[in-house]
Parts: sequence; C-alpha cells; structure tokens
Amino acid sequence: MDYCPHTKDDIAQMQAAIGVKSIEELFADIPQKFRFRKMPDIPSGLSEQETIALMSAIAARNQMPRLTLTGAGAYVHFIPSVVSHLVGRSEFYTAYTPYQAEISQGILQAIYEYQTMIAHLTGTEIANASMYDGASAMAEAAVLSAKMSNRSKIVAARSVHPQYRQVLKTYCWANGYTVTEVPCATSGQLDLAGLHSALDESVAAVIVQSPNFFGCLEDITPIADAAHAKGALLISGFTDGTSLGILKPAGACGADFVVGEGQSFGNPINYGGPYLGIFAAREKFLRRIPGRLAGATVDKNGKRGFVLTLQTREQHIRREKATSNICSNEALCALAACIYLAALGPNLKTLAALNINKTQYLKSRLLQIPGWEEVFSAPIYNEFTICCTDARVVNEKLQAEGIIGAYDLQKDYPELKNTLLFCATEMLSKNDIDHVIEIIK
Amino acid sequence: MELIFEISKPGRSAANLSASDVPVVDVDHIIDRKYLRDDLDLPEVAEIDLVRHYTNLSRRNFGLDLGFYPLGSCTMKYNPKINENVAAMPGFTGLHPDAPDAFAKGNLELMYDMQKLLSGIFGMADFTLQPAAGAHGELTGVMMIKKYFEKKGQKRHLILIPDAAHGTNPASGALCGFETVTLRSNTEGGVDLGHLELLMTEDVAALMLTNPNTLGLFERNIEKVAQIIHSRGGLLYGDGANANAFLGKTRPGDLGFDVIQLNLHKTFSTPHGGGGPGSGPVGVSAGLVDYLPVPRIVKSDSGYGWSEQFPDTIGRVRAFYGNFNVIVKAYAYIRSLGAEGLARVTEMAVLNANYIKEKLKPYFDLPYDRICMHECVFSGHRQVEQNGVHTSDMAKRLIDFGYHPPTIYFPLIVHEAIMIEPTETESKETLDAFCEAMISIAREAEVNPQRVKDAPLSTPVSRLDEVLAARKPDVCWKR
Repeated sequence: MDYCPHTKDDIAQMQAAIGVKSIEELFADIPQKFRFRKMPDIPSGLSEQETIALMSAIAARNQMPRLTLTGAGAYVHFIPSVVSHLVGRSEFYTAYTPYQAEISQGILQAIYEYQTMIAHLTGTEIANASMYDGASAMAEAAVLSAKMSNRSKIVAARSVHPQYRQVLKTYCWANGYTVTEVPCATSGQLDLAGLHSALDESVAAVIVQSPNFFGCLEDITPIADAAHAKGALLISGFTDGTSLGILKPAGACGADFVVGEGQSFGNPINYGGPYLGIFAAREKFLRRIPGRLAGATVDKNGKRGFVLTLQTREQHIRREKATSNICSNEALCALAACIYLAALGPNLKTLAALNINKTQYLKSRLLQIPGWEEVFSAPIYNEFTICCTDARVVNEKLQAEGIIGAYDLQKDYPELKNTLLFCATEMLSKNDIDHVIEIIK
Repeated sequence: MELIFEISKPGRSAANLSASDVPVVDVDHIIDRKYLRDDLDLPEVAEIDLVRHYTNLSRRNFGLDLGFYPLGSCTMKYNPKINENVAAMPGFTGLHPDAPDAFAKGNLELMYDMQKLLSGIFGMADFTLQPAAGAHGELTGVMMIKKYFEKKGQKRHLILIPDAAHGTNPASGALCGFETVTLRSNTEGGVDLGHLELLMTEDVAALMLTNPNTLGLFERNIEKVAQIIHSRGGLLYGDGANANAFLGKTRPGDLGFDVIQLNLHKTFSTPHGGGGPGSGPVGVSAGLVDYLPVPRIVKSDSGYGWSEQFPDTIGRVRAFYGNFNVIVKAYAYIRSLGAEGLARVTEMAVLNANYIKEKLKPYFDLPYDRICMHECVFSGHRQVEQNGVHTSDMAKRLIDFGYHPPTIYFPLIVHEAIMIEPTETESKETLDAFCEAMISIAREAEVNPQRVKDAPLSTPVSRLDEVLAARKPDVCWKR
C-alpha cells in the first residue's frame, strides 16, 4: 500500500502533459552510475492487516510493567480521557507549523494559552511554544546565557539530572564553553559554599534543578542571589512538572530562566519521547530566547487573533545570526499539556498533594525495613533517595514480579553505593505500595 | 474566540481525581513554607466547556485531512491512520525509558531494525535516532563533523552553505562554533563549481548540501562536488529534508555524502502535529560511526541493549533515546510500503511536481525551467511588476479556494518565490483543481488586484497585524 491514488490512465495523461514517455525520464538528472532499480535489503510491503500483526507482535515482545517505581526525569501519571480525544483532532495533528495565521488560529491560540499557563506555573513572565525536551531546553538556556554575556563558563549543580548534564556538556563543547560542577551538601541540596568558590566573573550561568535529581527541593533564592552577585544568570530546572502545582516556582525566587520537562502534563511515558521542553524566562529576554512564540494581535477589523511573532530571532530569517537553530518543536505535546492543565485547573495542587501523600507512605514503609536509611535531609516532592543493603537484589526481586524498580544511583554517582531513587505518583495505590514492601522485605 | 481563561468560572473543574487511599499528610508540616507556592491561577472549566473550547479551536485550524497542503520543503503527504493506531498500542506508549532492557525487547528491536532499514534506504553505515527534529539532527550532524576534525587534530573553522539552503543550515553551523560561508548557485540552479573550487580550502570542514536543492533540482554535478570536497579533506553533509525525491532511485551514501539528517515527519509520513513532534535521525558514513551520540543499541548473543561505551562519541543531544513514538509510526510506514512502495512514492511525488510545473508555467514565471524533482519553484515577479500583487497576496487568496498556501519567499534566491510540493498522495483531480485556482488567481490579479490583496475573505480572522504583534509583544494573557 503506497497511498498513491493515480490510475494507469492518470499517469499516462500526466506524462503526456509533461512531455515524457516514462517516469524514468524524470530522473535523468541523477547520474546513471548512481541509480538503481531495486532498493537493496528492504523487505517487501505488507497489507494493513499484516502490518498490524507485525507491530502487535513487536509490542508484545515488550513486557508491560505492573508498576513503575522510577521517575528520574520521566513520570507515569494518569491522563484524563479528554486529552487524547482533543489532541487526536486531525485538524490539529495533521497540520504543519502555523505559518499561515488565518487558517491556524486553533493551534496559535492554544499555544498562546499554553505559554500563559507555563509562565504562571514557573513564576516567570514569558514562555515559548516549546523545545524538544527538558534537557535540550536547559542546554539552550545555557548557550544563550553565554552568548548574551560573552562569558564562557557554566556552573551546574551535580544534583541536576545526569543526562541533562551530559546534553549540557555536548552543547557547551560545540560552542567552546566549559561546564563546572558543584557538589551536594549532606542535605541533598546544592552546597552553597561550593557554589561561591566556583563563581567568578567568567561564569555566564548557574544551573540547578528543584526538585533535583535526588528528589530534594532546592532553596533557590540564595542561589539566585549568589549567581547575580557575580553577574551570572540563574537557570533553574525541575523534575516532575506536577510539582509546580504546590511548590513555589523558581521564577518567583529570582531565576532568570525556568526550563524543564513537561511530559508529566498529559503526555504518555512513550519510552522517552516525544516529550515537551518547557522554556520560560524573564520578560527582558523576550527578544533573545530560542524557539517559536505565539503572540496576540488584531486583524484589520480590530478583531483579536494570533500569529507567530518575533520571528526575527529565528533561523529562517536570521540564518547564522539566529538565537538558535530550532525549527520544529513539540507543538502537539504542548497542546496536550495545555488541555491537561485546563482540565485539572487548580486541582493540580490536589494532584500534587496526592503525589506527596503516596510518596510519604512509600518512604515510611521502606524505612521500616531493617537496614534501609534515608540519605538526604532536605524536603522532597514525589521522589526520594534511600540507601539499602543491596540495591541490585531489590530491583531483581521487583523485576521478577513485573515491576520496574527504583533508579540505581550508583551508575551516575559512584559514591552512592546501594542507593536507590524511588518515585511514587498517584498511579500507585496503597495496595500496590504494600505489595512492593512485601516483595522487598 | 474567547480564551480558556475567559470562560473560566471559580469552582468549576474537569478534574476527577481519586481520593487518597494512604494517610494524608499535612504538607505545611513536612515542607517549609518557603518552598510552597501562594497562588495557582489555572482555568476552571467543566469538562464539556473544555471539550467544546478545543474542538472549536480545532475547527479554526487547517490540517492535511481537510485539504491539499502543498507547503514546499515540508512534504505534507497523507498521514496513514494505521500508523496512529499502532503507535497508540499500550506496548509502545506505556514503558518508562529507564525500564531494564529485558522489559523493552520489542522497542529495542524496533529501533535497531529502523536504523538498519534507514541505513539500507540511504546507503549509510549507521544511524542515530536520538535527534528530536530535522534541525536537531543537523546540529547533531555538524557536532559529529566538529568531533571528526578535533580527533584528526585539524582546525577547520568554516562551513560552506549554498545560497539556496534552509535557514537551519547556517544556524546549525553557528551553534557549533563554525563560521559559515555562502556558496553561489549557477545559472541552472546547481552548485557553482568554480566558486566551490575557490572556497574549498583546508579551513573548510564541510559543505552542507541539500540534494535535490530547495529549487527542487537535482545536483547534476554531485560527483564532482563530492570529489572537490573530499580531495581537500572536507566532509559532505546532506540535508535530507528533500529525501522524498529519491527513495529507491539513488542513495546519498553512494553519492558521496558523509552525514545526512532525515525528517521522519516529512519523508516517512508521521504527522507534524502543528509544529512537532518531529524526528530527525542522522546517518553517517563508516568514518564517522564512532562519533554518533550515545546511548547506542548494541546487539549481542543475549539480545539488544543500550550502551554508552563509545569513547569518541559527541555525547548526548537530548535525554533518553529520541522521539520513540514518532519512530514507531515511521517504522510501520516503511514496513507497510516496502521497497516497491517507497520507490513508487518518489516516482509519483516527482510526477506530480512536474505536472504542476507544466500546467502553471504559462501563468507564472519559472526561473529554472528544467525537469524538477519533488517540488517546483515559481516566482511571483510578473504579478508584482504588472499588477502590484505580491506572492503573499496570492498565497492568502488560495486560502479562500480551500487550499493551504505553498511555501513563499523561500528559497531566498528566487524573487517572490512560490514553492509548491504536492507530494505523492494527491490525485490528478486535486492537482488539476489546485492549478485552476492558481490560474484564476493570476487572472484575478490582472482584473481585480484589490480583491487578491484583501484576501483571505473566508477565514475567522482577516489578515493579522504582524507588525503590531512584534512591536508590542503580547505572548501571555494578563487578567
């Protein structure tokens, strides 16, 4: 099945209109020596029924977990039924980027609504239409900070998601910037003394995450003050977006950029993607930030409408002088987030509190197991770091019961032996948690 | 239409949350007040309000399912429904990316097989599926080029980019610390070989070439271009945005390309979602495999698994593994079409573009009159000169005829450019009707130019004030 509607007759008529005798003549510009008639090593096509059978068989080779106890940058949350139904409107999902505003008011208005919700949630004044994911959003904020300040050093807390720091290093290497890491204090939060000694006038930005990778909340205000005192900007991330329903956002504590992963807002876990890069900032950076922006304006009759605006920042206008090379973003994931947030409304706080309840219950039960100890003292949201007697055995036991266990921190932090990062969202019932405890102990 | 905030009423909600079945903790007691937020100002709407609001917004959006969408360089082909269904299978949507490999056997196999299929279709040694979109793939590709020369101990700080190139190319080069140098096109729309000879020095890391280029023309001298670049130690980068033009006909790897990025949301039919998610796999020749991003899938006797053990890698370009769910759709598409289907895609796409080119040639200026590939580029020069009607006016007028306008004012080397990419999934009747609309707009430009300038006349809003939007930016609603 190739979805091409032409009949033989159509093709003959079209060839005649063009003035060629065969389709092959249309490919005459490709040098003969590089042309081939049959694509090598590619299987033959399948019927619709066969394709579904093939894909079902592949999907069935995955094992669907009974429970997932890992967060670590991707979160299993309940998604209200309305989200997929509305995102599944083909007027939305089969459209391209809204270059023609008059026939794209739907997605443009939805993006404007999304930007408004994100700016509010992050405690900033502005947000863009989305980036690829939380990690790339963070890296782009760092590159932008360095470019704006003509400084070449980025200071990142070691408690920032390890993969985010890897992406940050890749982007910084490509631009000739360096990344210095600041260790954690015993609380699990950024070591402020360490930050002070890492800061000097060559630092473009300081990067933290709250909740951080260990689940601990950071005290953003003194970190922002320390960064600003040296003329550096503060980029603050977060782990699970639902935390913003109850926690004070970094934008309200002095952060210049708030970046993070928006997958939690109505997007399936999807084995890592597509996700949603949230990028929010202080208003003064409006003309410098990467990515698309939907803006309100009026038509010639004075009626409100929406357009892609401030496009002179972007690559298709500014080319090598653009603030970023980003073009396609994650618009449909942003639409899902917008609908999800509108569905929950202020009940996002109720949901966040529910996550806290589940997490506190899981944590208290785990701490009853002999030999299990809490590692850090800082307050947490829905993830926490815990030390046990044998992390590998714990996860093997859980896996044997069809459960994706906790994140083993030793692979990223060699000093944290037998240390697990647990996550509990609203998806875990009390029975689930009690069952987990039975398996482990 | 009202904003979701404007229909909000305190006390309403579309949320239906479970009650806590575990002990309820006093949040204030376990989290210091300084960490907690004071306000949460999100819309308060009932579920029916929510559904009607976004359904009505969708009715103000033009998608491919509503009509012809000949947006040049974007390959807006039909998005088969089966691919949406298979990608929504819980087996593909429900797995956490940190799941042990034993849980993800199907996903790993699919991604590994996808890399092999793409390597075969494009003649490359290997692929990464990590980049989230075409421009992200470009960035990844240029990073690998940077790493290649770093490992060789060569300092090459320039990248050559043709004047016809997509804006992402120079922006990607700049984001990797390269300076970009513009390479001229010749009179037939190809690379000016003399200019290339002149520019190609030992300071040049790569040429970023789109082939067929943004004029829809295949680079006839591709062998010579590759030879000039390679003989001076440079690399040839291919922007695969136009890959719909050569599936089953030729392969970039055979043509001498060292790196190529794809756009699964163009060539392989995954829906573009109103601006994303896309997916931008990058293929490399054998000499660049070591620099691919990590993690990579490795196949061993015990099955497939993720590995980061590649010391020369550029690192990661995003968290996790890529836009996996988009990759599932593209994989299903490739498997359902197969080798013959993909070749026919290209044949019909090229047939359709040439058909439109021939039908519209008498009515619009055609700056490069030769056989085109998957798209054709006209100029609105005649209409501007004779009637004062611009390409943007004609594009807006097309909306009134029920079409999404073509890409306009790109490529930059064509005055008042109109770039039409019909794709293979459109019928002769659709193409004929579109051409009739274009021809009647050209006539209207002569007899009633004001009507064209007033377009669109049929949309919920008329032409929007973009200058105001940029001068007084309003990107977030305020109470």
